[in-house]
Amino acid sequence: MTKVSFTVNGQAVALSLDTRTTLLDALREHLQLTGSKKGCDHGQCGACTVMVNGRRINSCLSLAVMHEGNEVTTIEGLGSPESMHPMQDAFVRHDGYQCGYCTPGQICSSVAILEEIKAGIPSHVSADLNAQPRVTPEEIRERMSGNICRCGAYSNIVDAITEVAGRQA
Amino acid sequence: MKFDTPATTNPIDQMQVVGHPLNRIDGPLKTTGRAPYAYERHDAVPNQAYGYVIGAAIAKGRITAMDLSAARAAPGVLAIVTAENAGPLGKGNYNVAKLLGGPEVEHYHQAIAIVVAATFEQARAAAYLVKVDYAESQGAFDLAGAKAAGLGPSQATPDARVGDFAHAFAAAPVQLDATYTTPDQSHSMMEPHASLAAWDGDRVVVWTSNQMIDWSTGDLARTLNMPKEKVRLISPFIGGGFGGKLWLRTDAVLAALGARAARRPVKVALTRPLIPNNTTRRAATIQRIRIGATQDGKISAIGHESWSGNLLGGHPENAVEQTRLLYAGANRLTGTRLAQLDLTEGNSMRAPGEAPGLMALEIAMDEMAEKLGMDPVEFRAINDTQVDPSNPDRPFSRRQLVECLRLGAERFGWVGRSARPGTRREGQWLVGMGMASGFRNNVVMRSGARVRLDGQGVVTVETDMTDIGTGSYTIIAQTAAEMMGVAMDKVVVRLGDSAFPASAGSGGQWGGNSSTAGVYAACVKLRETVAQKIGLNSADAVFEDGQVRTGNRQVSLAEAAGESGLVAEDTIEFGDLAKRFQESTFAGHFVEVGVDAATGEVRVRRMLAVCAAGRILNPKTARSQVIGAMTMGVGGALVEELALDKRRGFFVNHDLAGYEVPVHADIPHQEVIFLDEVDEMSSPMKAKGVGELGLCGVAAAVANAIYNATGVRVRDYPITLDKYLDRLPEVA
Repeated sequence: MTKVSFTVNGQAVALSLDTRTTLLDALREHLQLTGSKKGCDHGQCGACTVMVNGRRINSCLSLAVMHEGNEVTTIEGLGSPESMHPMQDAFVRHDGYQCGYCTPGQICSSVAILEEIKAGIPSHVSADLNAQPRVTPEEIRERMSGNICRCGAYSNIVDAITEVAGRQA
Repeated sequence: MKFDTPATTNPIDQMQVVGHPLNRIDGPLKTTGRAPYAYERHDAVPNQAYGYVIGAAIAKGRITAMDLSAARAAPGVLAIVTAENAGPLGKGNYNVAKLLGGPEVEHYHQAIAIVVAATFEQARAAAYLVKVDYAESQGAFDLAGAKAAGLGPSQATPDARVGDFAHAFAAAPVQLDATYTTPDQSHSMMEPHASLAAWDGDRVVVWTSNQMIDWSTGDLARTLNMPKEKVRLISPFIGGGFGGKLWLRTDAVLAALGARAARRPVKVALTRPLIPNNTTRRAATIQRIRIGATQDGKISAIGHESWSGNLLGGHPENAVEQTRLLYAGANRLTGTRLAQLDLTEGNSMRAPGEAPGLMALEIAMDEMAEKLGMDPVEFRAINDTQVDPSNPDRPFSRRQLVECLRLGAERFGWVGRSARPGTRREGQWLVGMGMASGFRNNVVMRSGARVRLDGQGVVTVETDMTDIGTGSYTIIAQTAAEMMGVAMDKVVVRLGDSAFPASAGSGGQWGGNSSTAGVYAACVKLRETVAQKIGLNSADAVFEDGQVRTGNRQVSLAEAAGESGLVAEDTIEFGDLAKRFQESTFAGHFVEVGVDAATGEVRVRRMLAVCAAGRILNPKTARSQVIGAMTMGVGGALVEELALDKRRGFFVNHDLAGYEVPVHADIPHQEVIFLDEVDEMSSPMKAKGVGELGLCGVAAAVANAIYNATGVRVRDYPITLDKYLDRLPEVA
């Protein structure tokens, strides 16, 4: 067992964990924050996406003890049913989900990719690596492709993200 | 309520709430991560332990020895259950292979043990210490080999014949005789099969992820040799199913057995790499299609034979289903041939039968249209039938296939398609358009519900119906709101609990229509109860704005219910309308692709579905069902294939990296149009299924678009580079 401390959604937590515990299982099993999902446990599906220090990661591919002092944001930290984040609200209105299992990961990625674009980070489909990338459907689809939605809500998700990006700009 | 005569005017026709594109009522829970799925029920019971399932490492044979000693001694281990120590187990009505194997092994990754420990990490580590010795025997894994050996129809499923197919085909001036293959596919829903089981004496409660609560409650009781009344299943949120969670599976059985052995609640999720070989699959098919037609394009003979394989006791993949009904033609032959294969059970995956059947049939129709020199839309239109072709006295209840095709062609700009393949070029891209008919039968299933009205005027619906992403919560709330004349925020919907009345469940695209019809029936009864309570004649009573009134008398529902509230329960039961009329749903699918002239890479550029599926209860959630199905259709066309190791008998690519499904970058903006339609034969809701229709025909439309773009015909799915790169036109 190893002690580790970090913040989750702004709250400090201190855990004593089996070193084999992933960040995802620390959140789901130890902190009972089950919004982050385990779809594959192998970094293949993106359902476990959370933000660590402002960057999205697959929390299943990361051991909890590697996150000493980090700031973790999960879907629960973005908003609540009573007070949804604009992206959560847009997903509801555009029906950007069906079964809901990939949805927290999709929403965390959605929020994160808009920050990535704003920060000028290029993607595989950015024509000019030195130019400021723009929020286009092509950029959104490329950047979101690590988040699988087997229900196939992609077309609606892109609409939701596009709307939020437009409002932000 | 018995539904045995066509629906007449009823309160649903007001369409004050039903038929509106409302947001899902479960949306805020799902988008904020607060919707609890089976493995997340920390709230349910304390002291939960973790189970880890071990799958067999051979496809067929026997376990000769299992050494559990090291695992038992590992830290945190509470119990290990195997077939040897589990006690006598039965088998569910809906299961083919045992859910806990051993000593016989029936298929690769069949569960053979569960290790229960205090933590997940301990259970997983201990599972790897279990040592298993096998005596492997020779299994059968080769469908093509079985077909080549002369596999014919079985007595259980004889061929269906109309007229004289052989003679008519031989005499037809234009003929097509082609063979197509579809691969094994995996449902790959995002939430792994998962269950939490807790015993209280001789009763067990299982929080699980299951589409069919009543079937699976019965099957768990059968498996555990206990009365059904002592088993309770709870499944309010389900992270996708697609048919893979229609059944009791090993997660529920082993959670229950593990909990009994460990004497504390146990939760189990199948690991992703276990799922494709442990759970069910959509079985691969080999399909031979023969079509004979006159020079002017009238089909005179149509034959469709399909080979598939399954475990002994399993069923064939009924890929010929649609060919019995989709097109006219006096002479017909359809039949399935079933090989016994020692692979995990083949069973329903979204639109079983029609999905793989149309993958083949709708390429064949495209090929035939080309032979005839006809437009593919026109060829389908002139072979439309408004009656069951094998029984002309049996009309379709409502059939707007041609309307779907014509409207789709108009909206998609089909006129811009070049009839000559490989002739449209835009820069690096060869561009083509393809289309296909969509067809899926409408099934109705008895469905019950209980409706409560409380002293605040709140209507609560309880039914064991499930919402697997389909929108059940929302359309059930809309139905109750419409029937009782209340606002949506005055309706509470509680689903997925075997303590509630048994419903149709989610499968075969029957859930939406059937379950709302069950809620309709219960609401009719509640309206009568309310009217009776306040001394009104229910036939004259109007339920509106939270009030019930006749003439000049008006009482609020809250007042009518009083402190003690009112409750009504009923079940919709379907008569023989579905026998007297053929109830089906129809679509026209249109796809445009670009194929990179040099690399052969396929990009889907545009997609349109036009659907005729009865009354659309919620256009927003119904549209989502269709675009999701279209997405799965792109997967079936281009990437999805469980790759079989024929020597060892297992699917090699058994995770979400190896088994590829479409991602964001694969899917363009999608358009869906619903034709204005009501079907009085289907139910009081006048709705039909739509969730599977959206998949049926899509893959063939993609395949036909690739042909139109390149002139290269691929008859084996998925359409991957290795099958056509060397046949692409020379790069100009």
